[in-house]
Amino acid sequence: MSWVGMQLEGWGRIGGGPMTVCRPERISEARQRMREVLPEQGVIAHGAGRAYGDAALNAHGRVMLTGRLDRMLSFDPESGLLEAEPGVRFADLLSALLPRGWLAPVTPGTAFATLGGAVANDVHGKNHDRVGSFGDHLAFIDLMLPSGEVSRITEGEHPALFRATLGGLGLTGVVIGVGFRMMRVPSAVLRVRERRCRDLASFLDALLTARERASYSVGWIDGLAKGGALGRGILEEGDPEPEPAADLSSTRRRELGVPIDLPGFLLNGATVGLFNAAYYRRVPESGRERLASYRRFLYPLDSIARWNRIYGRRGFYQFQCVLPEASAPRGLRRMLEDVANAGRASFLAVLKTLGADGKGFLSFPMRGFTLALDFPRRPGVEELLARLERLTLDHGGRVYLAKDAMLSPDGFRAMYSRLPEFQTVLDEVDPDRRLNSDMARRLRIRERVV
Amino acid sequence: MTMERAWLVLGGSSAIARAFARVAAEADCDLLLAGRDTEDLERTASDLRVRYGRKAEVLAFDAADFASHAEFVDTVRARARRLDVMLAFGLMPNQAAIDADPALGIQTIAATYTGAASVLLRLAPVLEAQGEGRVVVVGSVAGDRGRVKNYVYGSAKAGLHAFTQGLRARLFRAGVRVTTVKPGFIDTAMTFGMRTGPLMASPEACARACLRHAGRGREVFYYPPAWRLLMLIIKLIPEPIMKRLKF
Repeated sequence: MSWVGMQLEGWGRIGGGPMTVCRPERISEARQRMREVLPEQGVIAHGAGRAYGDAALNAHGRVMLTGRLDRMLSFDPESGLLEAEPGVRFADLLSALLPRGWLAPVTPGTAFATLGGAVANDVHGKNHDRVGSFGDHLAFIDLMLPSGEVSRITEGEHPALFRATLGGLGLTGVVIGVGFRMMRVPSAVLRVRERRCRDLASFLDALLTARERASYSVGWIDGLAKGGALGRGILEEGDPEPEPAADLSSTRRRELGVPIDLPGFLLNGATVGLFNAAYYRRVPESGRERLASYRRFLYPLDSIARWNRIYGRRGFYQFQCVLPEASAPRGLRRMLEDVANAGRASFLAVLKTLGADGKGFLSFPMRGFTLALDFPRRPGVEELLARLERLTLDHGGRVYLAKDAMLSPDGFRAMYSRLPEFQTVLDEVDPDRRLNSDMARRLRIRERVV
Repeated sequence: MTMERAWLVLGGSSAIARAFARVAAEADCDLLLAGRDTEDLERTASDLRVRYGRKAEVLAFDAADFASHAEFVDTVRARARRLDVMLAFGLMPNQAAIDADPALGIQTIAATYTGAASVLLRLAPVLEAQGEGRVVVVGSVAGDRGRVKNYVYGSAKAGLHAFTQGLRARLFRAGVRVTTVKPGFIDTAMTFGMRTGPLMASPEACARACLRHAGRGREVFYYPPAWRLLMLIIKLIPEPIMKRLKF
């Protein structure tokens, strides 16, 4: 059947609702479905469903699942240029091309995300300082416009539409093809150095050093530590291992999974505190060095299928913000204090540096520090998220829309100053508002004044 | 360019066929993808080349255009010295649409049964001459019992099951193994949106089972395997009761 009624949710399992969904298996079919969308009713593309909030949801509207459009169309081993359909996942790239010495230059923290999603959210990875975000490696985007017409968008020829589509949350059309350059790697393995950072100040210092010397760097913070230990955690740095001798990529580990929704009471301050403390002590005081496969280093949570069930049926919020370098030390301290004081059981928080602005009008990255935290959905958590939004704004930062389910329309406008340019493009390519999403409605993305 | 050996996938754009092509390419086989939508098949062929570094080519094939089948088989012979065959096409319109338009019923049978029989009869001598090889024919649980909801498509698949039984016996004498797979709910465009819960299996899993069972020369199997029992029960329902059931 072409369109069917279905319930979809984001990775955080919050929001969603009944939607009319199609899942084209051919490009011609995708175009046909697009022509069936009525103005106002709206449609949004939905890849792997790894956006945490409502970016790829459209309750009471239409959704186009792109996961079955997952073919790699060409690969040039000279330039590294790969052309692929939007449903190709980073995991597919890893299996197909890492054995031949090629890696995606930028990847989000899960290999299950799709290339279409990578474009729509201009994703970044643990090497953002070095290589920028996904958009920095794009050669072109094949965009299916609301009219059903397909157009190859390049930065040079269509600067405005390119910048609106990159990081544009799927609101300029459905991405049905992506061309980008893969990166050569000498082996399938990284050398990873881990060490403890005992408080926030030393963590930020260590990250600033790491961004200069390591290809990849990421910090894991114990979000429950308070007082002198506030902001303590583990810093991981990774560099490609030149010798292909130790090949860890082929060792298959048993897949773990979360078979059921865990009851909410399992996650409380005490259990999460124990977990976080254990995670901190896992790395010896003197630090340690080891070899790790790219899969394991880049996608630590992917080995646990459906880990979002850990938070139970009620789901969870993920909050990720970036703060400019100058205001980050103060801003992050206040955020971590708020979180620790609220006693909100958050598993490991992620802290890392970002390098430069993304090219998209709504791209998330800016030079500074980015912090990501999970919060199980409990009474009071929305208030905490509102305080974090306020702190982000006060310190000149912004919230990552790929993770978001809570940002206010006003906050969004203050954080994303290039919104008017984005809106101008939308008015041009989608005057009838055939593209729409829960996020677009919540943030009133199409409205000039709120 | 001639391939030493290839899996000929008939109806290459279906989800099971696409998954099968990938599984076969992963197992170091080359592919000939045949179907009507050659533009789409070219994309799948590219995918097999990029992902697995295998040879993959596209051939135009229309199951319902019986007159073209002889020439089609000649083309196939020119492309690959040795063949294995996966037949994965079928047309399953909504039964209500067929009841309203009997011509659609004839098309369903032509594409699903007559077309399959026609092309397999043309391929049989090629396979006999080759003296070994594998054939996988995608049947359906719908062919095990006629039901009010799906009886035209079901009858075409039932015919195909019987045809394949005979073909199996014929080709067995020449050393060629023929496998019938009867898929239950596989997560394809055909079943998209059905509320089947855990009864649904992925096309990849089904494709892996096809390649595995073909390798072993298994005659008939259901996928997922639980359908064997389920269909046994459904086949045992007496006709006076069956005719009153709504599914």
